[in-house]
Amino acid sequence: MIALLKRDLVLAVRAGGGFGLGLSFFLIVIVLVPFGVGPEAEILTRIAPGIVWVAALLAALLSLDRIFALDFEDGSLPLLATSPLPMEGVALIKGIAHWITTGLPLTLVAPVLGFLLHLEPSAFGWLLASLALGTPALSMIGTFGAALTVGVRRGGLLMSLLVLPLYVPTLIFGAEAVARGAAGLGGLTPLLMVAVITLASFALLPFAASAALKINLR
Amino acid sequence: MFPDLGEYGTEVLTAYGVSIGLLVAIIALSMRRSRKMRAQLDAVEARKDAARGE
Amino acid sequence: MSIWEYANPKKFIATTTPLVPWVMGISISCLVVGLVWGFFFTPDDFRQGSTVKIIYLHVPAALMAINAWFMMLIASLIWLVRRHHVSALAARAAAPIGMVMTVIALITGAIWGQPMWGTWWAWDPRLTSFLILFLFYLGYMALWEAIEDSDTAADLTSVLCLVGSVFAVLSRYAVQFWNQGLHQGTSVPVATGERSVSDVFFVPLLVCMIGFGLLFLALVLMRTATEVRARRIKALEARMR
Repeated sequence: MIALLKRDLVLAVRAGGGFGLGLSFFLIVIVLVPFGVGPEAEILTRIAPGIVWVAALLAALLSLDRIFALDFEDGSLPLLATSPLPMEGVALIKGIAHWITTGLPLTLVAPVLGFLLHLEPSAFGWLLASLALGTPALSMIGTFGAALTVGVRRGGLLMSLLVLPLYVPTLIFGAEAVARGAAGLGGLTPLLMVAVITLASFALLPFAASAALKINLR
Repeated sequence: MFPDLGEYGTEVLTAYGVSIGLLVAIIALSMRRSRKMRAQLDAVEARKDAARGE
Repeated sequence: MSIWEYANPKKFIATTTPLVPWVMGISISCLVVGLVWGFFFTPDDFRQGSTVKIIYLHVPAALMAINAWFMMLIASLIWLVRRHHVSALAARAAAPIGMVMTVIALITGAIWGQPMWGTWWAWDPRLTSFLILFLFYLGYMALWEAIEDSDTAADLTSVLCLVGSVFAVLSRYAVQFWNQGLHQGTSVPVATGERSVSDVFFVPLLVCMIGFGLLFLALVLMRTATEVRARRIKALEARMR
């Protein structure tokens, strides 16, 4: 399992692996928002939590179809399926690898981008915490979506259609935690809900993802 | 004896119009596809029987 | 006699084909009676004026929009557990109908909301949940269309339906947490037996709900038979080639 994780990480960081791509996309979306809504600091402060969360979600979505598609094309996925490693474990590792290559860097740069959007100073901690707790759920849900559409040619668009509605609860609780934290209303409840979603998706979705993978490899 | 719908007449009538339109559309589409498939299946079955007969 | 006998496609078609016109006929009579009754012979509400008449479309459509998904969930489970093709095809057949019901509920709601709340759309929990439900229907149907092999498609859409149901419920609670709504509570709670709608409105509403339910049943039966036939055509053509 560790070997598979290492291999996925190396492949992602290597040129053409799309490691920097999600991060650059995140940055560009954040930079574009003030052009769209105007440079007034008050408006930006108000919408910053939501914008950062939506941008993080889209950036995570961008690299989802690489999770299984490359392995499927070069035939290493059937190989993984016949290896002693259970398919659930493969799905779990793929989700973790995706998080380390997209979710984690996104979380780490988010506070910097918070400055660009005039995020409330008190909200930085909440932003960091909610992204750190929420992006793993995005990766795991995305892994499930990627597993569903791995056999579909040009499945990227279809996958977005399937995955985005599944992201709704995570997005709501994540953005709400930052917004409430910034307003001093106690963002702990939504933050805990984000943690619940993450833990539950890691506990359950690998089984669904592996079921989908097995069906696709049949 | 059309009822007096008061100031909201347009809203009520649009709601009825749109909904009934959508219901009729889904019924018509389902029936059309049902007929088409039935005809196609008959044609294919006939071809199969003909092929077996030879 | 067991209900699983009807899982045989031939038996299913033979039994349901003569039934469909009857169910369709009864449902359309119910709808005509209910809607005409509601439209022509019920009084206006003292606060909402004539817009209450929209309830005869809005509530049954919303009810069927949720129940259609529920039926798809059960059909998907039956497919995954017992591998009856008719079940998977019934789930596929129900999706477009559920989507139309969702659209009707959303549109009539918007038209109703405009004069009553002064807005077409509000990010209210109920409205938002229905919009999300609409997206789920779209995704489910798109997945069916995208996969060529029909058994694979049935399996994958079933898995999606299961996972989607969990997330749909989760979304419902999330949006409730996120925004307190304009929408009133349910008018016809089944569990408590109490209701906030007076009998004058309730009886025609009940007739409309029965009509919508039977219409859904008739359409599902018809569309399932169509899907069974479509699959048989595919199989026969593949065999003859």
